[in-house]
Amino acid sequence: MDLLTGIFITPFAEMIGLPDLFFQALWDGFVSGTLYGLIALGFVLIFKASGVFNFAQPILVVLAALALISFYKMGVPAWISVVLVLIMFYALAWLIERLILRKLVNTDGNILFMSTVALSFIIIGAAQWIFGGRPSSMIHKELGFPVGSVEWPMFGGGVYFELLDISAAVVAVLLIVCLGLFFSRTKIGRGLRAVADDHQAALSVGISLNQIWVIVWFVAGVVALVTGIFWGARSDVSFALQIIGFKALPVLIIGGFTSVPGAIVGGLMIGIGEKMFEIYWGPLLGSGVEGWFAYFIALGFLLFKPQGLFGDKIIERV
Amino acid sequence: MFDEKSAETVLDVSNIEVVYNNIILVLRGVSLSVEKGGITALLGGNGAGKSTTLKSISNLLKSERGEVTKGSISYNGKNIKEFNPADMVKMGVIQVMEGRHCFEHLTVEENLLTGAYTRKINSSELKDSLELVYNYFPRLRERRKSLAGYTSGGEQQMCAIGRALMSTPETILLDEPSMGLAPQLVEEIFEIVKQLNEKENVSFLLAEQNTNVALKYAHKGYILESGRVVMDGPAKELRENPDVKEFYLGMSEEGRSSFKETRSYRRRKRWL
Repeated sequence: MDLLTGIFITPFAEMIGLPDLFFQALWDGFVSGTLYGLIALGFVLIFKASGVFNFAQPILVVLAALALISFYKMGVPAWISVVLVLIMFYALAWLIERLILRKLVNTDGNILFMSTVALSFIIIGAAQWIFGGRPSSMIHKELGFPVGSVEWPMFGGGVYFELLDISAAVVAVLLIVCLGLFFSRTKIGRGLRAVADDHQAALSVGISLNQIWVIVWFVAGVVALVTGIFWGARSDVSFALQIIGFKALPVLIIGGFTSVPGAIVGGLMIGIGEKMFEIYWGPLLGSGVEGWFAYFIALGFLLFKPQGLFGDKIIERV
Repeated sequence: MFDEKSAETVLDVSNIEVVYNNIILVLRGVSLSVEKGGITALLGGNGAGKSTTLKSISNLLKSERGEVTKGSISYNGKNIKEFNPADMVKMGVIQVMEGRHCFEHLTVEENLLTGAYTRKINSSELKDSLELVYNYFPRLRERRKSLAGYTSGGEQQMCAIGRALMSTPETILLDEPSMGLAPQLVEEIFEIVKQLNEKENVSFLLAEQNTNVALKYAHKGYILESGRVVMDGPAKELRENPDVKEFYLGMSEEGRSSFKETRSYRRRKRWL
């Protein structure tokens, strides 16, 4: 009886009793959700265009953040550093296409996956060699993102909004809207989706796979940079940051591996869900719920809706 | 009307040999030519090398680990060896692959739009091209908003041909348009091919197993067997040829034969 009350009554009573705490949790969950969504987005882009689960995506996030900081420390102005990182990612995308993807066209998905595993270790090694491995702090202040927080009085209490979180959410939303338009409205976006559907057919109508792959890896790099800046700002930038990649997995399973909006909705579900669960149901199960909640939900999706909420419909003609 | 004698050759395949994965020899010296404004049929059974021939012309072969090891292919007098498929599309040669290969998760209209990928045109020209395709395939206009994966086999074939048409091709390499379609639909598709050939002046190289229909619409034909051209000539002559009649059209000299009689080949293939 106690257990049932603990599950079905107490949490909701608390939500109503302390609405400010509820909104604080909601906002915190929303922010980490958008950031999870961003990481997942990087995976989705590459998976869509080349059918590859890009194991190297989390390390791209670290690489972006490290490179950005290093350029700044060398004395390059902050925004010029951003441009330099973008140029670097374009070069990287080109190299990856030339040296890896081009040779492996039309091979099995597992072979491509393994090549991204190899790639991620090569990048780790190279990044450590070039940029060093010491944790350093992000240069978001120098980039002009506001710091500090505002308190918004609400229901007798107050909800704190970190200004940086607000900018993260705004930038993420902008990025997603732009990508959505890019995919659905532009010729290259259509080409990207065509390649995702059928490599051979895309080739046959004259879409250049090489060009598409360079573009998509570059766009994934841009997403990695944005993610790197905002995750880096919340904690230090070091190779440990790649752990967040594991959070992207359940997000992908929930949202679907091929859907841009899916990545975002999945991210928000995980972000908000795990915060709520931790605060209201956590005490019942012992703490640390945040760690496994996402995987628990993902498992449910795998069992009952394997393509995720927004994944490509599994088309079966009867 | 198409006149084979006076037409110029656009595509010339000369004695090509194709090897997959560096080891599997699929074509052993295939030569053929396609005339401007004509429909050329490439006939033969499963594994005869029809698709491979088409893919070596559109240069899709490389992405399947195949390679033209001997001989040469030239289009409008230019050797195509170094071109990639996109270059070929820009030159006016586009392949409609066997089994349609529509982009399942794109709508029919988006599928058509991808066909214009290599063209640098503005949106009004793009609209005109779409309009042209919809006029030939009114059914596609009705289904334009649905995902291609949910359309019927016939509609997918139309979608694939329409998509190719969007690139304003000079020559379409059409691989097995009849595959898996009801006889009535096959006729419908071939009628449209004929119209495109006559009105839009598109040349076709057509790989088909359905010899009967193909020879009805084609101007000339080649018969491929185990990677070799074993016979060629104007479609009319091929239709009358006793060997073709027996082995490809299922008729013996006394007319249609029963299964009992055709179980073993009575006539030796003269060309082997």
